[in-house]
Amino acid sequence: MSIELIISLVKANIVLAVLLTNTILLIWFERKVVAGMQSRVGPDRAGPFGILQTLADAIKLLLKEQILPSKADRAMYLLAPLIALVPSFLIFMIIPLGPDITVEWQNSLYTIPLVGADLNVGVLYFLALSSIAVYSVVLAGWSSGSKYPLLGGVRASAQMISYEAAMGLALVPVILYSGSLSLVDIVNSQSGNLSTSIPILNTIVSFIPKWNIFPQFVAFGIFFIAAVAEVNRAPFDLVEAEQELVGGFHTEYSGFRFAMFFLAEYINMFNMCAITATFFLGGWLGPTFEGILPPIFSVIMPIIWLGVKTFLLLFVFVWIRATLPRLRYDQLMELGWKRMIPISLVWLILSAIVLGLREFGLPWS
Amino acid sequence: MVDLILFFIPAALIIIGALIVVFAKNPVHNAMGLVMTLVSIAIIYITLNATFVAMVQMLVYAGAVMTLFLFVIMMIGVDKKEQSSESIKGQTFLVSGVFLILISILGYVAISSEFKWDLWFEAVEFAVEGTPQLIAGTLFTAWIFPFEIISILLIVATAAAIALAYDSKRRKNDV
Repeated sequence: MSIELIISLVKANIVLAVLLTNTILLIWFERKVVAGMQSRVGPDRAGPFGILQTLADAIKLLLKEQILPSKADRAMYLLAPLIALVPSFLIFMIIPLGPDITVEWQNSLYTIPLVGADLNVGVLYFLALSSIAVYSVVLAGWSSGSKYPLLGGVRASAQMISYEAAMGLALVPVILYSGSLSLVDIVNSQSGNLSTSIPILNTIVSFIPKWNIFPQFVAFGIFFIAAVAEVNRAPFDLVEAEQELVGGFHTEYSGFRFAMFFLAEYINMFNMCAITATFFLGGWLGPTFEGILPPIFSVIMPIIWLGVKTFLLLFVFVWIRATLPRLRYDQLMELGWKRMIPISLVWLILSAIVLGLREFGLPWS
Repeated sequence: MVDLILFFIPAALIIIGALIVVFAKNPVHNAMGLVMTLVSIAIIYITLNATFVAMVQMLVYAGAVMTLFLFVIMMIGVDKKEQSSESIKGQTFLVSGVFLILISILGYVAISSEFKWDLWFEAVEFAVEGTPQLIAGTLFTAWIFPFEIISILLIVATAAAIALAYDSKRRKNDV
């Protein structure tokens, strides 16, 4: 077996382990943060600070009976949870976790990129897979053979199609600024500090890192709102609005299949935050403290920085969930089509004009 | 060996998906068969080193178009059993004719190339490194005029769709 194949297999297993462990942490994190914001205690029995509560819940779900509704469309009903889970794992493969590392093994050097696959069309890959994920919700809703899941499924498809458009449009200015569709290149283009040609401003902004969030703050806002809507989190959780639709598209699912939907939702949330950090917050970039800390930290620090940025964004996700009430359905559609898409189009044209002026100068000069 | 496996698995999936589209009784199953075909074609594109085309195929056809298909199937409630009568007269006859033409074209190509095939394209440097740049470079210089005409056509089609769907009489009554 070639060494490249072994590296790829190890990477795939690491992704599986990281995402599963992360989900356990993330659910506990969300419950604790929401509990803190509502002056409750939250889970505190299983393990230290209740950190093993999710593990106990997962075991309970695995042991439960899996019910197949009598009116369900069998093939699609079984397929839907799989379609939910697979894209969420695949999206994580393109997120760069750090710079290339060089490993010496049996007297030869190997360069291992800390990314599952550096695609030259990474942004399109991300958008394509998140549009495939819509099928899971639609099919789950339709195949359950019951009215509440069907309503949830129809709502979900409308919502996800609408917000995907805004999300893609918000990413275009970022691609223009970075000049690449590859996520590795987008992170590399954000290294260094900001600079302007105006001398007084330059002394101020030269301390700010050259992250895309500063020139592209509007795109960041639109992308983040669309990301919340895309993973169906509050205040955009009409897909599974408990008061109206029982559980939405996964009402009829139980046991392990329900756990798969739950897992996919949290992995998608984590992916969205990691991708937002990669596009707008410099990804793994950050001080590695070379010379102060032992050399192993120059490998670990980028991963820690990405983790810190991701969990800050996840905290904002949970914060929004604990604070804002749910939107009504027509308000949701209006926000998507009448506000966010026009704003992102105008912002795209503005960024293109600014970039053109910077590149070619004024048209009459 | 690897190239054969990488060709035949997606190729088999394409054919199975196409058969599901034709023979499944339930419209939702037909739509999902079509999704399977489109995704498998994207995999074939990737083995041919056309990553950009593959991703656009996934995003536009497998993602957007087919989700709208499913949405419409669910919204207007045609997800009942298909009626077996022909909706167009002489449907079977027409389809068999087209099928025969297709088979004869395929047979001609296979015989004229003496049953040889080239399944695997060697990685060309510019094709791997810069498919988007390559496509954009050609599209926005040599083909800019057809590109603009297509964009005007799409805008006209969108405006026409809105004009047809917008019921101005009912809108007045509501207000």
